[in-house]
Amino acid sequence: MALGGAMTGKGQPAPGGNGSPAFRGDGGARHLLEACGISRTAGGKRLLDGVSLSLDRGELKVLIGPSGGGKSTLLQCIHFLTPPDEGDVLLDGESAREMSRKNICLFRREIGMIFQDFNLFDHLSARDNVAVALRRVKGLPKKLAYERAASELERVGLADKWALYPAQLSGGQKQRVSIARALAMDPKVMLLDEPTSALDPELIGEVLKVIHDLHDGGMTMLMVTHQVGFAKHLTREFLFMEDGRITERGSPEELLKDGSGTRTSDFCSKLSEIQGGP
Amino acid sequence: MGTLEFYRTILFPALNQGLRVSVAIIIPSAILGLALGVLVGAGRTLGKPWLTRLLDAYVAVFRGTPLLVQLMMWFYGLPTISVFLEARFGPGVRPFSDAFRLSPYAASVTAFALCSGAYQSEYIRGAILSIKRGQFLAAQALGFTRGQTFWRITAPAAARRALPGCGNEIIYLIKYSSLAMIVTMSELTGKAKEIASLYFRHLECYLATACYYLALVTLATWLLSYAEKRLSIPGDPSLS
Ligand SMILES: Nc1ncnc2c1ncn2[C@@H]1O[C@H](COP(=O)(O)OP(=O)(O)O)[C@@H](O)[C@H]1O
Ligand SMILES: [Mg+2]
Repeated sequence: MALGGAMTGKGQPAPGGNGSPAFRGDGGARHLLEACGISRTAGGKRLLDGVSLSLDRGELKVLIGPSGGGKSTLLQCIHFLTPPDEGDVLLDGESAREMSRKNICLFRREIGMIFQDFNLFDHLSARDNVAVALRRVKGLPKKLAYERAASELERVGLADKWALYPAQLSGGQKQRVSIARALAMDPKVMLLDEPTSALDPELIGEVLKVIHDLHDGGMTMLMVTHQVGFAKHLTREFLFMEDGRITERGSPEELLKDGSGTRTSDFCSKLSEIQGGP
Repeated sequence: MGTLEFYRTILFPALNQGLRVSVAIIIPSAILGLALGVLVGAGRTLGKPWLTRLLDAYVAVFRGTPLLVQLMMWFYGLPTISVFLEARFGPGVRPFSDAFRLSPYAASVTAFALCSGAYQSEYIRGAILSIKRGQFLAAQALGFTRGQTFWRITAPAAARRALPGCGNEIIYLIKYSSLAMIVTMSELTGKAKEIASLYFRHLECYLATACYYLALVTLATWLLSYAEKRLSIPGDPSLS
């Protein structure tokens, strides 16, 4: 059972990978992101029950588990989009719990969020979807914001689609725009909530490729996914979540070993039956 | 007097005069009504519970009573308060109590704007509620404040959804502005009635007046479909 801590398999994050200066020399003593004892109750139901996890710089962790287990709720709590009832989130050692409303907006800027159903702004073109927060939140002049939007769209392979509106894009393209939109804010961490679940099978690959590239570029990520085959090659740690708790955590090899009898391997073999893949 | 002569020298000049008065009622009523509708609609969807309840009450009253009754209340009913105040406190209160004596024009615009605002707020409210929560979440996730989320994301998307409904309400307003004649306004309908009873030519007068309204409504319809086209989002019929 590896609980965060030591160096990631990928080694040092690539310099300039996400535009923010990479911290060095703190020897991993402090996690980049730390969620401690997150609990949330809604509608009389305990959706999250004291969940803790941490992410180191450049690390990708994968959250899996049955639907309704609280994965989306957890991501939204980590982002303070729905503040947890109990517990705290530390980003670079700074506590979100203690922040004022204004600082929470600053905190959120630093964490990119990718939603299952994209949540693009329907009334804005691809370019404006990426640029709007640069202009309105970061206060960049229009020209600079558009230049940045163009380069982020290029990064996700959509350089020629900047003028199209969400309704004119395929699901895979929409999800890539939403990734570009998040990246443009130079987030320290990305939270991805089933980024490919709403996509037709033939469109999943293009989004996974972008995520793969991000990982290679040293982005720190927490990803909810059912693409176990994809995820097990990238991550050192699976977190299995059920009934609002993380019940199993460990390396994919450990958890998926034949005859390990873990809930994770049980769940993943059921998934692969449905998906018809490995 | 020959028929053409009557049209040329009597009817059309009178109706043109009435048209100017009608337009002078319609435009401020439409603008004030829409502005009120936006504020009330936003307040009802996004406001604190007490505000929502207060605004719901306003809408219930102004949608739930006949406009004609509201109009008479503003014009004939309100001055009763002045009379009461003056009887109670003497003529010294006149500068204050006169505020309740609305001119026919002020009473008309007040009545139309308040009634229109109640209806407009329904369209605005529906449009705001139709914007998916995901868009709100996405904006918050990017670090937008609540205010920025509303003005930059919710409002532009909602405006497009609300436009057809709000436009329809303005078209209604053009027609119900004819009620202003009840409070002695010489607008289109008032003028028509004057001429019709004076010269006993009812059919022609009211037919001509109907054509004037039809022209106004047609013009408004054009303007609206132009606005809808300008604001349309490619590929997305739901955002017209
Ligand atoms: N606001 C809410 N009120 C009550 N129950 C909720 C609310 N939001 C989510 N839930 C419930 O919380 C549980 C966890 O949901 P979710 O986090 O979406 O799970 P997952 O993403 O793992 O599928 C589900 O049973 C869902 O119905
Ligand atoms: Mg979910």
